[in-house]
Amino acid sequence: MQTIKETLTGPIIKNNPIALQILGICSALAVTSSMRVTLVMCIALTLVTAFSSMFISAIRNHIPSSIRIIVQMVIIASLVIVVDQFLRAYAFNISKQLSVFVGLIITNCIVMGRAEAYAMSNPPVASFVDGIGNGLGYSAMLIAVALVREPLGAGKLLGFEVLPLVTDGGWYVPNGLLLLPPSAFFIVGGFIWALRSVRKEQAEKAEFKLARHTAVGEGA
Amino acid sequence: MSSNDSIRKTLIVAFSLCMVCAILVSSAVVLLQPVQEVNSALDRKRNILAAAGMLEEGRSVEEQFSQVITRVVDLRTGRFADDAQDPSKYDQRKATKDPALSEALNAEQDIAKINRREQYSLVYLVKDANGTIEKIILPIRGYGLWSTLYGFVALESDANTIAGIGFYQHGETPGLGGEVDNPRWKAFWPGKQVYRDGEVQIGLIKGSVDPASANAPWEVDGLAGATLTSRGVTNLVHFWLGENGFEPFLNNLRAGEA
Repeated sequence: MQTIKETLTGPIIKNNPIALQILGICSALAVTSSMRVTLVMCIALTLVTAFSSMFISAIRNHIPSSIRIIVQMVIIASLVIVVDQFLRAYAFNISKQLSVFVGLIITNCIVMGRAEAYAMSNPPVASFVDGIGNGLGYSAMLIAVALVREPLGAGKLLGFEVLPLVTDGGWYVPNGLLLLPPSAFFIVGGFIWALRSVRKEQAEKAEFKLARHTAVGEGA
Repeated sequence: MSSNDSIRKTLIVAFSLCMVCAILVSSAVVLLQPVQEVNSALDRKRNILAAAGMLEEGRSVEEQFSQVITRVVDLRTGRFADDAQDPSKYDQRKATKDPALSEALNAEQDIAKINRREQYSLVYLVKDANGTIEKIILPIRGYGLWSTLYGFVALESDANTIAGIGFYQHGETPGLGGEVDNPRWKAFWPGKQVYRDGEVQIGLIKGSVDPASANAPWEVDGLAGATLTSRGVTNLVHFWLGENGFEPFLNNLRAGEA
């Protein structure tokens, strides 16, 4: 049995949902071009994951297995709509920038993945902590990606000028690629590579091995 | 656990879960709606003020907007039509999709690629203490490279000199077409002239404007690396300030009989 602390901090580096489980990539690509939007998305996802895990875990002994996934989806979708409504009411500008991606938390694999893998077989408090932990793991990755994309792509970080742009009279020619979603693929890939070089146990075992090259006539 | 899978239990769980979630979601929507409406109205007002170059940080948007008067204009006649549509309730975005309130444009008219033009448009007039018009703010929209750009253009009281331009919604490439949001680019607009011998002349050119050129008053620097967005901006300005847009209204306004 894991302790609460392990459940909370485990997903940040040891079992990162993006880097190790490769879940939730789509929103990691979409929202990380600006740090402000990224932070709001991280908070939204963390809250949704935590509360949906908690509610699902609370009623886990009553969920008929035949409609299990639908029950999870209804809970997750309701929470996402509530979060979206709150953002529209209290963070209108950011909700405009996030647009469909808040709604797409519903289909974010991390939320579903934690509900199915953890909340269905663990008590509510542990599930809540697990949700927060995975939300933090997701956030750590997204913030790291945004930390690379926004300064190099737009010369700014959270609205503050980091690298003065040529268009604003500075010297830095921004790399437009970094503002487009595909760049996050390279960055996420780079992070995964770095992480697996340090923590070798995360690297998957090769599924097959090439046979040693043998000259014709040699061997069997 | 087998009792969980009975049809009875399945139906009870599904029904009660739906009830709880429905109540949660609908109460969130109903309770938060007033705040959301205030927010989106505030956002619109901020955009209008920003386009007119009147937005000052530190003062409340409501207070700054108090000198702006919202009117409805009939785009076919170019006259005020506040009796036909209530300016405080008219939803212009919706009207562009309503066949009763908009008409299809043919290919020749539709230079801004907007497909349909609404019959009535909102306009925003900034008046001084004596009631004379200082600025005219007009909503504009048109297709760039990837997306429809929505914005406002503000004219000085002569209905010919640009006071400012701004787009509040678009999906152009960041760093290229997205530079329509760059304050340095927007700063090229104020002071430019719209009409030359009765024709809309203003437009974006390739590269920078030569201040010595005779055409300089009607030219604005193009967006570097964004030929199609630049063309789109020129087209939408031509459409909305042209005969199918606000030109009749501006002519009436100049003659003092709108």
